Amino acid sequence: MKVLVDELRSRTDKVKLGGGEKARKLHTSRGKLLPRERIDRLLDPGTPFLEFSQFAGYDLYGNEEVPAGGMITGIGRVSGVECVVVANDATVKGGTYYPITVKKHLRAQEIAQQNHLPCIYLVDSGGANLPRQADVFPDRDHFGRIFYNQARLSSEGIAQIAVVMGSCTAGGAYVPAMADESIIVRKQGTIFLGGPPLVKAATGEEVSAEDLGGADLHCKKSGVTDHYALDDNHALHLARKTVRSLNYRKNIEVTVEPTEAPLYPTDELYGIVGDNLKRNFDVREVIARIVDGSKFDEFKAFYGDTLVTGFSRIFGYPVGIIGNNGVLFSESAKKGTHFIELCCQRNIPLIFLQNITGFMVGREYEAGGIAKDGAKMVTAVACANVPKITVIIGGSYGAGNYGMCGRAYSPRFLYMWPNSRISVMGGEQAATVLATISKDQRAREGKEFTAEQEAAMKEPIVRRFEEEGSPYYSSARLWDDGIIDPADTRLVLGLSLSAALNAPTKRTHFGVFRM
Amino acid sequence: GVRLVSGAEVGRIEKVLIANRGEIACRVMRTAKKMGVRSVAVYSDADRHSMHVAMADEAYHIGPPPSQQSYLSMEKVLEVAKRSGSHAVHPGYGFLSENTEFAEACKQEGIIFIGPPSSAIRDMGIKSTSKHIMSAAGVPIIGGYHGEDQSNERLQAEAARIGYPVMIKAVRGGGGKGMRIARSDSDFLEQLESARREARKSFNDDVMLVEKFVEDPRHVEVQVFGDMHGNAVYLFERDCSVQRRHQKIIEEAPGPGISTDVRRKLGEAAIRAAKAVNYVGAGTVEFIMDAQHNFYFMEMNTRLQVEHPVSEMITGTDLVEWQLRVAAGERLPLLQDDITLRGHSFEARIYAEDPNNDFLPGAGPLLHLSTPAADQNTRIETGVREGDEVSAHYDPMIAKLVVWGEDRSAALKKLRYCLRQYNIVGLNTNIDFLLSLSGHPEFEAGRVSTSFIPQNYSDLFPAPRAPSGEAICQAALGLVLQERKHTEEFTQASADPFSPFGSSSGWRNNVQFNRNMTLQLGDEKVDVVITYNPDGSYRMQVGEEVYHVTGAMEVEGGASFLHCSVNGVKSRPKLVILDDTVHLFSMEGSTEVSVPVPKYLAGVSGSGAQGGAVAPMTGTIEKVLVKAGDKVTAGDPLMVMIAMKMEHTIRAPKSGVIKKVFFNEGSQANRHAALVELEEEEQEAEG
Repeated sequence: MKVLVDELRSRTDKVKLGGGEKARKLHTSRGKLLPRERIDRLLDPGTPFLEFSQFAGYDLYGNEEVPAGGMITGIGRVSGVECVVVANDATVKGGTYYPITVKKHLRAQEIAQQNHLPCIYLVDSGGANLPRQADVFPDRDHFGRIFYNQARLSSEGIAQIAVVMGSCTAGGAYVPAMADESIIVRKQGTIFLGGPPLVKAATGEEVSAEDLGGADLHCKKSGVTDHYALDDNHALHLARKTVRSLNYRKNIEVTVEPTEAPLYPTDELYGIVGDNLKRNFDVREVIARIVDGSKFDEFKAFYGDTLVTGFSRIFGYPVGIIGNNGVLFSESAKKGTHFIELCCQRNIPLIFLQNITGFMVGREYEAGGIAKDGAKMVTAVACANVPKITVIIGGSYGAGNYGMCGRAYSPRFLYMWPNSRISVMGGEQAATVLATISKDQRAREGKEFTAEQEAAMKEPIVRRFEEEGSPYYSSARLWDDGIIDPADTRLVLGLSLSAALNAPTKRTHFGVFRM
Repeated sequence: GVRLVSGAEVGRIEKVLIANRGEIACRVMRTAKKMGVRSVAVYSDADRHSMHVAMADEAYHIGPPPSQQSYLSMEKVLEVAKRSGSHAVHPGYGFLSENTEFAEACKQEGIIFIGPPSSAIRDMGIKSTSKHIMSAAGVPIIGGYHGEDQSNERLQAEAARIGYPVMIKAVRGGGGKGMRIARSDSDFLEQLESARREARKSFNDDVMLVEKFVEDPRHVEVQVFGDMHGNAVYLFERDCSVQRRHQKIIEEAPGPGISTDVRRKLGEAAIRAAKAVNYVGAGTVEFIMDAQHNFYFMEMNTRLQVEHPVSEMITGTDLVEWQLRVAAGERLPLLQDDITLRGHSFEARIYAEDPNNDFLPGAGPLLHLSTPAADQNTRIETGVREGDEVSAHYDPMIAKLVVWGEDRSAALKKLRYCLRQYNIVGLNTNIDFLLSLSGHPEFEAGRVSTSFIPQNYSDLFPAPRAPSGEAICQAALGLVLQERKHTEEFTQASADPFSPFGSSSGWRNNVQFNRNMTLQLGDEKVDVVITYNPDGSYRMQVGEEVYHVTGAMEVEGGASFLHCSVNGVKSRPKLVILDDTVHLFSMEGSTEVSVPVPKYLAGVSGSGAQGGAVAPMTGTIEKVLVKAGDKVTAGDPLMVMIAMKMEHTIRAPKSGVIKKVFFNEGSQANRHAALVELEEEEQEAEG
């Protein structure tokens, strides 16, 4: 596991560099701060930043590298308020929006919406990536959705603040224009629907970018922007002041207790879990290294014991934890359902520690109604309105992914460990299923299916599942919110819970439980 | 109370009014309290919240800040003395302490003036008279002209007769005011005029005397005490040679290198002087002493001196107590044979002033003030507390640090040790200067004279040393820890007190947080790259050097200390952070590092004196030497200002044309106020 964590760190270090040395130099030579520096200076000094999806766009566009998807998103504290920050990285392809960039932007807004967090957009983007316009412009969850979200978020009382630190061209112009309050940096930020080349093409008018949409124009004449900044630092200072003026107050609707460190060091998780998914480990060992004081009040310890449920606290926040200790049986699914009901009743956030091969299969179990028991748990997970946070700490296969609050069940946050795998089933199993089907088909046709043929057929399937099941493959496509170091799990959960508790409680109404 | 029944005069002092302020008022009150005497304070508007007011049993307001209308107002002080039923008035030093009329007025009102008879004050206050008396009494005096003919011609002729260099002094002067040295015939008149101007201002009298100026003399003075029963004793000598602007800065007792024989001769001469004027109470006979230890009478101060504590320390006496007893008619508590000299004592005067700017006096708030702990051998004589203001209206002395040791070197070591623990933020002080002064080998060797500072100038004003990498790391750590404290305080006060977003771990997913901090060291900017390590330590890079830094802030006795380790070396400097400036005080010295004010904030604050000359402190414009349209070159005098009872010439910071003069003669200018608008001749480059 240590090797996997080291690999994660070295890959992240590379991603952190954005668009490379040359682009960084060019960027800073203009007196601009790099996007991560901007975030560092926007946040309350020295406080943590929960960054999302560092591997967005990883190996996604062939030879075109789009580190972090050309955009940095995350949650950090600004003037004491937890905010979602969305920062374009202009060193990556001029900050233009690739399909994954759009997806990442929309996901950040979704996080803001679900957790009721003010949004700060640090804009420095050339707008939609023109060669890929078909993949970023027309569909529902494409570029236009960003502004739709801005309007909807604002209508829900979620502040929208834009800081124009570079270009905001065409559609991009709507980020500051749609914001509640916007700041622009002089001689650096520009906002226009059509840039100078387009204006020239359209009307023949020749105009500089600054005259067309610079800070002076927008602060003095057009009124598109509200605050005039001398440089990046000034703009970020103004953004911090703006947040202070939000008159925002976090109302925690759960009890909190002084936090306690776990009794066991978190980095012991490396040895406990390991990198071989076939090796079993007791999820309680993981829980003991995540929760306050390693205290875990287990619920139904002797019933349905392949699912571990119980109450704990993380950074003083109450949590209900659901972790897998093997395949899900009917009892485990019913126990899980019961526990989810309890947490919803008591307004306790749910943590899912996913390491699941799926629900048990076989005649006996089908006859026992595992489908309907599994459905109970899926219903409960789907309907639960308490904050749900999922960490995939091992395998995530099949309907187990649903019952354990996979991406489709809208957990507030979903993280993966570097050892984890996600796919509809294991590569081996999938290959065997496909091989069996082929074998049967050939047998029907009276054809032979040799062991070599079988092996040749299975090999690429296993390889493909292996590749597509990788957390990097998942993270690149934003099926999760990021790969995390297992040793950071406790802190990541603490930060996520803190963010999640900004949203007011919504009562849960469950659907029909099939009995 | 103190009561004397025997003898002709019966005094009763159960309540004493202290007609003064600051440290001396507090000093007198301490002894009064000890003796069970109630104390009455007076205060001006500027001192409404001062320490001496808080310390007194009663306090009375006596007027606006200017001394003329408050502490120097005899009527008001006497009014309070009567109203409060005070039996006596202690004048302290300065103000009314050597004012004959006041002493007389007290007597007329039946209030005991704690000081000598008014006749003694008068006789000693006029320098020419005092010299005649001394000469007659067999006290050695120095040649000079003390005549009534005050014409420039006569004075200049006398100066030539005495021989240059000569000292021009106000007859009624004191404390260095109205005193100038003329080194040659050519600068005599200019110095004379300047001395007269100052004397008029300070004493409303510009009668001058001229006397021989002894090159590199020592200033040695003898503490004497007399009672109403004809007794007079001396409490040995003090050496007050080391002076700046003709004002004492460090004093000691006994005088270094003075033999028992000379000591006795000094003492006996002083007693002759005191007896010649039937002296009663505390007084000081000042002598100048040449390299051969010949001494000449200079003047007698008919009051308790600022530096009296060093004499108390070596004789184990409380001179204020003596004053109260003697004033009440008691006999001197000790006679000459009972007074023994033990050990050595130093007093360092801590001033709000800027040694690097010709000791220009300062004023302002004491934003941070921490002192060494007082004990049997360490006295902190002060009239201010943290948060108090050093007022521009009065003397800028903040405190006197008095120490005692078995011998001179022990006392000196103690003085330096204590000076390092005397830490002030908010205004410039002479503490660092006192440290380099008291650490100078010549001073250690006791080779002192009134020319000590100019003679050792380069050693005493070393080029500012750039703070070490370690000190920069400590400052950066101080800032980071302060942020952490602010964040913690905010978080704990919020509805969500345990949120990990309130930690100052600098945590980032999968990468380390590198933070660039720019610090301002004097005129230079230094970049520090701080890496937050997961274990809570920091890696700091300053230039090419890398440091491993850990630490915590701890509060002990009201002051914050930075318990830190830089590359394994542990230390605990005192840490004061005010207005983005970090002050570190350790036994190795002090370091000041600030966070540069961002451009966008600099625009709105600042002095606003672009391209002009500014007032160095709050004061009155005495003379305006330029008018709009005048061409000036850098260094030309623009205005003369009177502030802190001293003249300051404000000079052109650069060459150019005066566009506007903002102040008239006689008007008041605030500190940092622009005095003129000055346009540079060549077009300024856009920047």
